[in-house]
Amino acid sequence: MSFVFWLLAAITVAGGLAAVLLKNLVHCALALTVVFAGLALLFLQLDAQFAGFAQILVYVGAVAILVVFAILLTRSSETPKDGGVFSRTWGAGLAISAAVFAVLGWVVLQSEAGLPREINVPNVTVLQIGNALMGRYVLPLEIVALLLTAALIGAVIVAMHEKGDAK
Amino acid sequence: MLGEGILKGLAETAKNFAGSFVSAERLTTVEYPEQRIPTAENARVFPFLIYDGTDWEAGMRCVACQICEKECPPKCIYIEKSKDKKPDFVGKMQIYPAKFDIDVSVCMSCQICVEVCPFEAIKMDTEFELSTTDRFGGLLFDRKHLAKSNEYYHEIHPTEATEVDARLAEEKAKAEAKAKAATQAAAAKAGAPASGPAPGAAAPTAKAAEALPASKPAGGGE
Amino acid sequence: MLEKADQLFILLRNWIVGFLPAGWQAAAGVVLGVIGIVAVFPGLFAITTVLERKGLGRMQNRIGPNRTGPFGILQPIADAIKSLTKEDIVPLNADAVVHFLAPVFLVVVVFMGFAVLPVGRNMVLVDMDASLLFYFAMGASTEVSIFMAGWSSRNKYSLLGAMRAVAQMISYEVPLLLSSVVVVMMTGSLSLVKIVEAQNRYTWGLPHWYIFTPWGCAAFVMYAIAATAETNRSPFDLPEGESELVAGYFTEYSGFKFALFFLGEYLGMLSISGLGTTLFLGGWSAPLAALNWVPSWIWFFSKVMLSIVVLIWVRGTLPRLRQDQLMNFAWKFVLPMTLLDLMVAALWRFLGDGWARWVVCSAILVIVYVAAGRAGMRGKHFGPRTYRYAE
Repeated sequence: MSFVFWLLAAITVAGGLAAVLLKNLVHCALALTVVFAGLALLFLQLDAQFAGFAQILVYVGAVAILVVFAILLTRSSETPKDGGVFSRTWGAGLAISAAVFAVLGWVVLQSEAGLPREINVPNVTVLQIGNALMGRYVLPLEIVALLLTAALIGAVIVAMHEKGDAK
Repeated sequence: MLGEGILKGLAETAKNFAGSFVSAERLTTVEYPEQRIPTAENARVFPFLIYDGTDWEAGMRCVACQICEKECPPKCIYIEKSKDKKPDFVGKMQIYPAKFDIDVSVCMSCQICVEVCPFEAIKMDTEFELSTTDRFGGLLFDRKHLAKSNEYYHEIHPTEATEVDARLAEEKAKAEAKAKAATQAAAAKAGAPASGPAPGAAAPTAKAAEALPASKPAGGGE
Repeated sequence: MLEKADQLFILLRNWIVGFLPAGWQAAAGVVLGVIGIVAVFPGLFAITTVLERKGLGRMQNRIGPNRTGPFGILQPIADAIKSLTKEDIVPLNADAVVHFLAPVFLVVVVFMGFAVLPVGRNMVLVDMDASLLFYFAMGASTEVSIFMAGWSSRNKYSLLGAMRAVAQMISYEVPLLLSSVVVVMMTGSLSLVKIVEAQNRYTWGLPHWYIFTPWGCAAFVMYAIAATAETNRSPFDLPEGESELVAGYFTEYSGFKFALFFLGEYLGMLSISGLGTTLFLGGWSAPLAALNWVPSWIWFFSKVMLSIVVLIWVRGTLPRLRQDQLMNFAWKFVLPMTLLDLMVAALWRFLGDGWARWVVCSAILVIVYVAAGRAGMRGKHFGPRTYRYAE
């Protein structure tokens, strides 16, 4: 629990709060990008290089752009909400999120109590990740690939359909 | 094959790049003002007044007829006639312009003043580096500024100048011939009133009659 | 002696760091490395701007700038003074915070990319196991900054330019990554230092650079195309085309912020040329075994500047591609070719050593390329234009 960890955690939480509380939707999206970057830095601080850089490459480089494109294409960024950022059912939302947090925290605390304190952090190289993905976890990898291919084909079909309609 | 055009294009630009160091065809830049392209002979910028000889006041061809002032489309010429007269190139006494101003910021270089001038007095100059910091007075050229010699005209427009000189010399010769014929007729009239009036008088009168119709069309053409 | 010249900067750094107490030495070493990067690459950027303007000028039958200093070499100083003293205009409606952060973010992210390039033997700022991934992560982050620039200007045309730029960069990111993955596959490591060391071997005096293999050559060509598109360079510079969209996503930027964008773009160009050199041209290794006496960092920078010269040459030659043309090209031609290249590289490894694999792999790549090219060009006529006039 070093100073770097607290700093990164503070940045991430601040970004998350900003993503929820800001009025301008594009500002929220940029704050979400800060959250992604903060998470990536936390991964790097835990010495998980591959996870950290993949997080930046995928989340900051692609997902954030996707979120921004979605906001801009649906034109909800032009009129900032006047009535505050909280919806009418904020009580129920707060209760549910508190419950989820409680469950997760209990699970984490339970598991951490069972682990030995001084553990040798294995230096996981990209080679080992690659071997694991192609060896032990090849089935989930292929299923995910199939899912992504289906999504890609679906996107192409949807886009083509629109072009057909326009013609 | 795909990409062939790109390679050909790359070869062409490489040729341009390499050639620009060695041949003038591949580097067409003229670094003004250290290098200049010589102006064409027919270039025209703004008008100037020609004078013959060395004295710009005495040799100025302009007789302040004000035809160019009237014909100028943007009315950039302003002429004031003089009160006295001075002899022109054939010896006749003519008035001259006391003031001849051209506002060069108004002049549109249409050359109409040159085309209508009957005395070949105003021609087009080729000087264009006329920038000045005085917006109003700096671009108002007066008589003295506009007066340039015939030799200068030969420098900037050689073929035109020789043509104009030839025409003026021809007119001068014609006028001199006319004057000589007139004096001969007067001398013949005064010198031989009794002896052979008919043949003596017929010849000069025939000559005078010949000369008179000859000069009349010349005078009408002018 | 030559060893010293080769390791000159490392020895310099060690000497300076030797003056400090032991606890501070590591951090000081890194700081010195950062100072080196921040000094060298903007200097290269200045040289690149002069090279570009003079080179483009000569290719276009004119002289480039030649009044500032002999042959115009002091032009970057004049440009710097101009950008620093220009008024910094922020539009009234613009989002001031994001407008300010966009160029800053771009420059920061591009500088981070330089941290993993092995500039010479033992001369890399950070030697990570997954340094190539880090580099691409930084490259992907530049898109966010471009979007921020275009959106914060509150200008329809800036936004349009930013959208086009982001779409183009995303489209070409996939071929860029896939052509680099071919190199990773054949080397067996994501670490750029190991990739250069794998190319630093010589057979009969010739090096083992990946560009000299069939799959490497094809991958290099596709990497070059994708890199040109990633840095928004001609012929893919529609987002910033001066004649199209004023200045695209940095229309509303003036003065120093514009200079930062300019710096970011050219540094991106240098950075991606550096990566291309590392992946395909052997990084800091010499072209012939006999030339190993020349310091390694000289080879690296020569190769980077050669790539820059080729980029400038291509800029002076090709007309601009339209947005849909370039995206068609990316998704329908370059991406399938990179996938094919991956398979050819795998085939190369399976066919074992010998001349057979050269013939087979080259044949596959060339035949598919020519066939795909012919198929794509069918139905398009490129002759002289014919006109039909009204009778």
